[in-house]
Amino acid sequence: MPDFMAQWLNQNDIFTAMTMMEYWNGLVNTIQLVFLSLIIGLMCAIPLAILRTMKNPFISGPVWVYTYLFRGTPLLIQLYIIYYGIAQIPGIQDTFWWEIFREPFYPALLAFALNTCAYTTEIIRGAIVSTPAGEIEAAKAYGMNWWMRMRRLILPSAARRAVQAYSNEVIFMLHSSAIASVVTIVDLTGAARNIYSRFYAPFDAFIFVALIYLTLTFILVFAFRKLENHLLKHQRPVGS
Amino acid sequence: MKKLIIAASCMLALVAGSVQAKDWKEIRLAFDVPYEPFEYKDENGNLTGFEVELAKAMCKEMKADCEFVIQSWDGMIPGLLARKFDAIFSSMSITPERAERVNFSEPYYNTPGGWFARKDFNADVTSKEDMKGKVIGVQRGTTMDTYATNEFGGIATIKRYTTADDMVLDLEGQRLDVVFVDYPVGEQTILTKDAFKEVGKPVKLGEGVGVAMRKRDKDLAAKVNAALKKLKNDGTYDAIMKKYFSYDIKM
Repeated sequence: MPDFMAQWLNQNDIFTAMTMMEYWNGLVNTIQLVFLSLIIGLMCAIPLAILRTMKNPFISGPVWVYTYLFRGTPLLIQLYIIYYGIAQIPGIQDTFWWEIFREPFYPALLAFALNTCAYTTEIIRGAIVSTPAGEIEAAKAYGMNWWMRMRRLILPSAARRAVQAYSNEVIFMLHSSAIASVVTIVDLTGAARNIYSRFYAPFDAFIFVALIYLTLTFILVFAFRKLENHLLKHQRPVGS
Repeated sequence: MKKLIIAASCMLALVAGSVQAKDWKEIRLAFDVPYEPFEYKDENGNLTGFEVELAKAMCKEMKADCEFVIQSWDGMIPGLLARKFDAIFSSMSITPERAERVNFSEPYYNTPGGWFARKDFNADVTSKEDMKGKVIGVQRGTTMDTYATNEFGGIATIKRYTTADDMVLDLEGQRLDVVFVDYPVGEQTILTKDAFKEVGKPVKLGEGVGVAMRKRDKDLAAKVNAALKKLKNDGTYDAIMKKYFSYDIKM
C-alpha cells in the first residue's frame, strides 16, 4: 500500500491501513477459495452428470447417492465433519495427508468443491435430460455414435440451458464461502469478525464487508450476462 | 380500524412495560454459556457457576427480580445496546475499547491468562525467538487475543476461535502448538486431559472483569456497585469463590 494512502487511512478510527490490509487478505482468500472450488466442482460435475443420466442403475445410483447426500445436508455440517473429523482419525498426524489437512484451507476447499459439484451435477443433468428427443433422433439418423452425439449436440445445447441456473450456483457459492471463517480461515467474513471484535463496531465492520460481497456479485452477474449473450446469440430476434 | 386499535394497545403495553422496568425491580442479565466454572448448566440443565451464584446474591441484595438470558459472546454488546437485556454478567474484561460502548461496574474478579500445550511442547512462551513459526490459538476478541497479537503478531501464526471447544479440538488434533486462554477455562477443559500440560507462568492481563451496562443506565450501575461492595465485604463473595476456585480471584 502506498504511503500517502496509509496516512490518509490512518486518520480513521476503524478503517486504518491495518484494517484495510486485513480486508484485502480476506478478499484474496475468499476469491481463491471460491474460484478453486468452482473450477474443481465444474470439472467433476460434467462427467458425473453424464453418468447420472445413464440407464444402468449401478452407474447412476452411486452418483445419485452422492448428490443426495451433499445437497441434503448443510454445507456448515459438511465443513465441520471434514475439518474436525479428519483431525480425529487416529494416526493421521503422522502421514503425509496431514501436511495437506493441517491447514484449514484444504479441508474447506474439499468441502466446498464436493458441495458445489453435487449441485452442479444436478443442474447439468437437468439440462441433459431436457434435450429434445427429435434432435437426438436426427443425430442418430446421421449415423453419429454416442460420443459424437454427446460432444456435438447434447453437451453444447445442455450448456446453453444450464448457464442461467449455474450463475445462481456461483453466486450462492460466493456467499456460502462466508462460513469458512468458522474454521479459522480469515476470509472476508473472518476479517470482518476480527475487526468487529477489535473495535466493537458491528455496523462498520459488516456493512463494509457486505459492500465488498455486493461488488463481487455485481462482477459475477455482469460476466454471466456476457456469457449468456454469447451462448444464446441464436435466440435473439433478427435485428436486435 | 380494529387492527389499528389492537396494534396501538400492543404498542402501549410495550411502552408501559419498559417504563416499569426503570425502577430496576426487574433486571435481565446475560450470560454466555458454557464458560466453566463461571456459568454452565449442571446435569439437570440448571444454570449455575460462580457468576450465576454471585448474580443471584447480587439480585437478592438489590431486592430485584432477575431474569437470566443466554447470549452468545459475539452478540453480547450489540444485544445489550439493543435492550435485549440490561446487564452483561458474563466475565467481560474491562478494556478501554469496550468502555467506550458500555458502562462497567467496579471489577469483581480477575483471572490470568494461561498457556497450555501438548506434553511434547518445550518452547519458552515469553521468548519471541522460541515462538517463531508456532501456531497459537486464542478466543477472538478476548484480552488474551489482544496480548498474543501484540506480543507475537507477525512472529507466530495466531488463529482466532469463536468457542473454546473448537480451539481445544484443534489443539488435540495438532493444528495448534499452544493455546492462550483464560486460566480457569484452560484448567477445566485442557488440564483435565492427560495429554496436555501448562507451559510458562499465567499472565495477569487487563483491569479485571466487571458487569457491563448501557451508558445511560447510571442508576443501575450505582445499585450494582453498592450491592457488589456489600457482598465483597460481608463474606458472601468469599463463600461463593471458595466453592469454585482453589485460588484467589477476588478484586
